[in-house]
Amino acid sequence: MEKITFEQLQEELFYEKLDNGLDVYILPKKGFNKTYATFTTKYGSIDNHFLPPGKNEFVKVPDGIAHFLEHKLFEKEDGDVFQQFSKQGASANAFTSFTRTAYLFSSTSNVEKNLETLIDFVQEPYFTEKTVEKEKGIIGQEITMYDDNPDWRLYFGLIENMYKNHPVKIDIAGTIESISHITKDMLYECYETFYHPSNMLLFIVGPVDPDQIMSQVRTNQNKKDYNEIPEIKRRFEEEPAEAAEKKKVLEMNVQTSKCLVGIKSKNAAQSGKDMLKNELSLNVLLDILFGKSSDHYSTLYNEGLIDDTFSFDYTQEQGFGFAMVGGDTNDPDRLADTLKKMLLDAREKGAISQETLDRTKKKKIGAFLRAVNSPEYIANQFTRYAFNEMDLFDVVPTLESITLKDVETAAGDLISEDRFTVCQIVPKK
Amino acid sequence: MTVISESVKGMNGYKLHVVKTEKYKTNTLVWKMKAPLEKDTVTLRSLLPHVLQSSSSSYPTTGKLRSYLDELYGATLFVDLSKKGEYHVITVSVEIANEKFLSDQTPLLKKAFQFLAEILTKPNVKGGAFDPDTVEKEKRTLKQRIQSVNDDKMRYSNFRLVQEMCKDEPYALHVHGEKEDVDKITPESLYEYYQQALVQDELDLYVIGDVNEADAESCAGELLSFKERSPKTAPASVGTTRVSVNEVREEQDIKQGKLNIGYRTNVVYGDPEYYALQVFNGIFGGFSHSKLFLNVREKASLAYYVASRLESHKGLMMVMSGIDNSNYDQAVNIIKEQLEAMKNGDFTEQEMEQTKAVIKNQLLETVDTARGIVEVLYHNVVSGKEITLQTWMDEMDKVTKEEITEAAKKVSLDTVYFLTGKEAGK
Repeated sequence: MEKITFEQLQEELFYEKLDNGLDVYILPKKGFNKTYATFTTKYGSIDNHFLPPGKNEFVKVPDGIAHFLEHKLFEKEDGDVFQQFSKQGASANAFTSFTRTAYLFSSTSNVEKNLETLIDFVQEPYFTEKTVEKEKGIIGQEITMYDDNPDWRLYFGLIENMYKNHPVKIDIAGTIESISHITKDMLYECYETFYHPSNMLLFIVGPVDPDQIMSQVRTNQNKKDYNEIPEIKRRFEEEPAEAAEKKKVLEMNVQTSKCLVGIKSKNAAQSGKDMLKNELSLNVLLDILFGKSSDHYSTLYNEGLIDDTFSFDYTQEQGFGFAMVGGDTNDPDRLADTLKKMLLDAREKGAISQETLDRTKKKKIGAFLRAVNSPEYIANQFTRYAFNEMDLFDVVPTLESITLKDVETAAGDLISEDRFTVCQIVPKK
Repeated sequence: MTVISESVKGMNGYKLHVVKTEKYKTNTLVWKMKAPLEKDTVTLRSLLPHVLQSSSSSYPTTGKLRSYLDELYGATLFVDLSKKGEYHVITVSVEIANEKFLSDQTPLLKKAFQFLAEILTKPNVKGGAFDPDTVEKEKRTLKQRIQSVNDDKMRYSNFRLVQEMCKDEPYALHVHGEKEDVDKITPESLYEYYQQALVQDELDLYVIGDVNEADAESCAGELLSFKERSPKTAPASVGTTRVSVNEVREEQDIKQGKLNIGYRTNVVYGDPEYYALQVFNGIFGGFSHSKLFLNVREKASLAYYVASRLESHKGLMMVMSGIDNSNYDQAVNIIKEQLEAMKNGDFTEQEMEQTKAVIKNQLLETVDTARGIVEVLYHNVVSGKEITLQTWMDEMDKVTKEEITEAAKKVSLDTVYFLTGKEAGK
């Protein structure tokens, strides 16, 4: 077991790669009541075209299957795992994103038992035709719930606009139609492809003894037969650089319009340090342009184009990346035009002062300290970073190293007329 | 085990609560102003903190104010409104990095105190009125904030249930106020109201973090001082008992029906039966092992979410679920059957133990965040009781099956609200 110390943050991280390839990280947190653990596979909604182990042909699976599988892992022959966790005083949950499926629990007692339950339930699938059929009703309601949610529709509408082929444009839960094709055999095929320990990461954060926890995990894994480490082969179609659609307007049962401007990244193939620098530089840029202390924010707010739902973000994973800016507005067209102009000007005119950059970096460093108060943030973000060959604990040193040149380069790479897109939700006529 | 050590000290016009802990990398100040929920003041109170946080006399624009916060390693300033029973509570919080985790060791906590004091005591005021531009902008945003509840159907149906159920009680008021009252507010009337609130509201300041009591006390004492007062109390919540159940059905252009059911629990925080009520709610619908989740979702496959929660200070329980429009009768019947089962004592020892363990876990997890600590401690301010977290957990542990059944029997169905989609052919 390796120990990594972060002096400035006063944190210690313990790490071991087990024989079966599983990465295990433990971050002891003194003074906290709660232990939080996530068991995550690098498998999400975008992994829908792959070569199953022992097969010769690539398969394409129905939209929403990773999320469906997440639901079904909780059900076992003798009932559902939620019951087991709550008997042990824990609360359990799971989520599926574009690139990850995470299973988690938090508890303030019985940590060893809960950890054993977490690892075992994820590693012992039990799918039957009957339980798969039953789940279609439940997930059907989850999909319908999102269908009625204008913010969700806006967000996915924008991503759909950007991508022509990349499966990031598929709604994570799929559609009622797509999930109707899911069978227990397909679930097993996905499970066998993506749930090998070598494709997974276990993160435990809380008031724990790292030696004891590591030895428990080691013993648990040694009992299980995971000899061969299979190679995962995913397939993605070629994706053009430009946005697939320039604009989409959805009519919904709302009273206030919504508008998001998106820019598709051309740096989506990055990973590791390059990706970290690019992602942080762009988040610094967006903060300088649109943060509450910026001139643009004041202009937009004073003109009544935005309210307190206004937000911005840049996110990137292997294969896709995008910036988005916007929120609720009374004038979606004027907001879209103004935001686009502001972004294009930022690329053309630059004009960021050193003082503004330094202030924004300070803000981001403070925000990181605030974030690492949260065990959930640490476990989830550490995993996301690790799956992209980055280290969460490099955030502060990387932020400190960002120069005006870095921000300008990132802006130049990102902002381009042909990669812009707009999505709006407007009241039904 | 001491779960939270809170020291409380009476200051000029407010109480200072200090919770010393070394587990965070930031320090947090939370300012609370509490007054009875009333139609005449609810909209003023909703606007007030948003105006206060927009600018101040030293930082007369939002840009300047926010730049200063960025400079303080991104200190956050956050305002919020909530209903606690028949009270309306304004919260202003400031969170700031603890410099011991930064390479730059300039002390920051004092600056956070000064900043909070600036926001509260040196607002951007000229000639007895708030800055008119700021008030105008914040009025516009407030109207949008009130209106936005219509676009989030989960929030909307919950709000509508409360509105229908508590029709003649202050609790029916929207936490952000009434849209038609926003335009009546002027920079003068808002400032006048602020002066009044500073004299009449119950005021509390929480300091959470790596702070010693004496330092917190000297900072607070030096910077924040108000007149002594005996805060107004809200009239005791009476809660009408209905002769027949109130059924409300509303149609909108949506795909999923939203079912929200309101009950009177006839028990509030601080009552001896409160602990049993909490366990009852946990077995019935509070968690993913509860009867509602098991029977509505897992067995009947009718919903993705179905849960019950308590409004502890008002004595309400709300059940909420998203269902297909055509499954209304089946869902309502299952929910009614499960409540009957609770009243008949039809639950196991294991369900009780499971639920107690999970509630205890939830409480302990809540106090792992600064915000959660304040939330838990503030219950005592609202109720005028002194219940420590340890007492809370111990009392809950002692709850018996009979007590849970008794609590269940006190729960009475009040209103069934259903927001339904437009049916085909109609």
